[in-house]
Amino acid sequence: MDRNGKSLASLKRGQKGIIASVDVTDPQVLRLMTLGLVEGTEVELAGSALGGDPMEFRLFGCGISLRQEQARSFTVSSLESGD
Amino acid sequence: MTKTSETRIPLSDISVSRRPSASIAVVGSPNSGKSTLFNRLTGLRQRIGNYPGVTVEKHIGTLKSENKTIELVDLPGTHGLSAHSFEEQIAIDVIFGRMEGSQPPDAILAVVDATNLYQGLYLVQQLLDLERPIVVALTMSDAAETSGIVIDIDALAERLSGITICRVVATTGQGINELRNALVDLAGQPVPQPTTAWPELTNAAQELANAATVPLSIAEIERLIVDGATGANQNVLDCLGPDAAERVERYREELFDFEPPLAREARVRYKWVREVLQEVQQKTPPFYSWRTRLGAFLNRPIPGTIGLFLVMAIVFQAVFAWATPIMDLIDSGAAVLGSAVAAKLGDGALASLISDGVIAGVGSVIIFLPQILILFVFIILLEDSGYLARAAYLMDRAMRSVGLSGQSIIPMISSFACAVPGIMATRVIPNRRDRIATILAAPFMTCSARLPIYALLIAAFVPAQDVGFLNLQGLVLFGLYIFGIIGGILTALLIRKTALRGPKPPFALMLPEFRRPNLQTVLIQLYGRAKIFLYRAGTVIFAVAVVVWALAYYPRATDIDPMLTDNQAAAAQLEQSWLGRAGKFVEPAFEPLGWDWRVSSAVIAGFPAREVVVAVLGTVYAVGDDADEASLTERLRAATWPDGRPVFTLPMVLGLLIFYACCLQCAATLAVIRRETNSWRWPIFAWVYMTTIGYVGALLIFQLL
Repeated sequence: MDRNGKSLASLKRGQKGIIASVDVTDPQVLRLMTLGLVEGTEVELAGSALGGDPMEFRLFGCGISLRQEQARSFTVSSLESGD
Repeated sequence: MTKTSETRIPLSDISVSRRPSASIAVVGSPNSGKSTLFNRLTGLRQRIGNYPGVTVEKHIGTLKSENKTIELVDLPGTHGLSAHSFEEQIAIDVIFGRMEGSQPPDAILAVVDATNLYQGLYLVQQLLDLERPIVVALTMSDAAETSGIVIDIDALAERLSGITICRVVATTGQGINELRNALVDLAGQPVPQPTTAWPELTNAAQELANAATVPLSIAEIERLIVDGATGANQNVLDCLGPDAAERVERYREELFDFEPPLAREARVRYKWVREVLQEVQQKTPPFYSWRTRLGAFLNRPIPGTIGLFLVMAIVFQAVFAWATPIMDLIDSGAAVLGSAVAAKLGDGALASLISDGVIAGVGSVIIFLPQILILFVFIILLEDSGYLARAAYLMDRAMRSVGLSGQSIIPMISSFACAVPGIMATRVIPNRRDRIATILAAPFMTCSARLPIYALLIAAFVPAQDVGFLNLQGLVLFGLYIFGIIGGILTALLIRKTALRGPKPPFALMLPEFRRPNLQTVLIQLYGRAKIFLYRAGTVIFAVAVVVWALAYYPRATDIDPMLTDNQAAAAQLEQSWLGRAGKFVEPAFEPLGWDWRVSSAVIAGFPAREVVVAVLGTVYAVGDDADEASLTERLRAATWPDGRPVFTLPMVLGLLIFYACCLQCAATLAVIRRETNSWRWPIFAWVYMTTIGYVGALLIFQLL
């Protein structure tokens, strides 16, 4: 899974990345894809709950929260540094 | 499909009850501002019905113009035409006209949040293939502007097959008139062309449609191709003529190869959306509003969690402190009314029915209206402002450790007012196992109907001494709340580990930006809630009150000693009534718990609705009409067994409290569990399970203390 980028779960708050690949073996990931988490989409980690899970991402201005477990099915590339 | 019969009706009648000339479905994702817009368009000209077989509320409003009445149907929010939850399934079934007893809508109003065009256009793409006239309302245009989003409406309309797009701000009413005009003429408008987002799929659907025996929309066939011949799609397949299954399978292989169809669809459609956005949407540097600042602050784990507990503390404080004066007012009002009726009508059965049965019975329920309304105000405010989703997100980790997900927190919180709306709120939970576990946990939460009996028993038998800086009575009450929460959590855990074992429930939650709640929306929703509650009080609880009254009133005693005081006579009457006999019959079963026949009969009377227990105790302990709480307390303290031992000892009272904390004494809750789970299995299980725990708990406490 770790071809050219990090997992979505490893983003820091304020960091952005573009989804490079999605591992579709987890059926729950399909739901996330229909909500717009697909290759080519820019996402930013907006925050997380206590203990870093679940995480909140922003894509095109909308907020979506998912668990680390699912976030690991996405890899992101071209990271920007966050805070 | 039925056609309206051509009966000649005088013109004057037609203006009174006109059939709507068109029905328009209001479709949009959750949090797109759909309900606010719907309320703005229809105002109070709306009614709440039910879809047959399910309890999902059907909101129908009307839009009037000079010569037309348009019916607007507000559907549950959905992100697309493939369902991921029960509510989404309802919305999709209505859109496709699959809902029993209703026809497909004549046209579609697609509600899209201007700040979230990305997801909105995914839905609109699918809706365009419905081959129905469609208009798009771009809501929250003001918020879009402040966050620096500029949308070229003409360019967007062009990419969406030239359909009408109206920019609106539902909260202020800006753009509403234009939208209303567009809606009035919508049903007769030409059908838009399907989008060019995914020509391969559209062409495949078109080819299959050509062989169909009944007219089908492209969208329906697209769903069959993407989702496969499951559920309602089977009917679509059956309409496609011979060897349709093979042809569909061939298209599926061609289109998807080894990729999951939904993944393919998301990739193709969102790629198109990104292209469109690049063309029609410009982003300028955003203006940082209080919303974004607040959102950013509450994104931090610790402030977010502290904020959540603060909000919950305020809600509880409000429900219990603010409601008290109004509740006292209703209480004394019912008492005054009851004795006025008794004075007017004298001693007969009718007077007793009205004052002891109807006024006391229904009054003891109406008294919860202030609490329930206050709780609903908060829940509606929290939901409308976008905070409830955030609460679900913050609580997810904790809920996950008991086998639930963050989405279960909303039904649980609602259940502190009443389990009925709480259980209805579980519809947003996509996973069925997760949903049923939440439904079974919800009745453990201390609902407002448990409060009167808690308050009565604690005030009478728990000493009002201080423990540190806390009061023992308050501590016991708090303990009962905690007990309910733990009971619910353990139940969920137990059920997820046994009967409903399964994978961890999925969790994907849209987190909307904070927004200022709209007064009109809050009031309209509150009005709907109050109406439902009062309707219930006026029907179910009214019936229960009358039945309990009759059981306590008949058969009439004939040999009551005329020397007895009124109260003693009433007690003697009760002892030989059906209710009293039932109490005596079950006394041996409840004696190990320390209950005499009076307590037992009150408990029996409380099974349909636990809130009547205080009223029944009042009658059983023969306080008469002018019962105020103090005298009932005195009576309870003075109650003895035939051998002179007091009935209400501390272990017995604590046992009784635990019994009430567990026992599912609420016919309305059982009925709603039956409807929501669509089986008798779960309500029966819940009833037996909770009653057993209550009994065993009370037994252990009484025997061991």
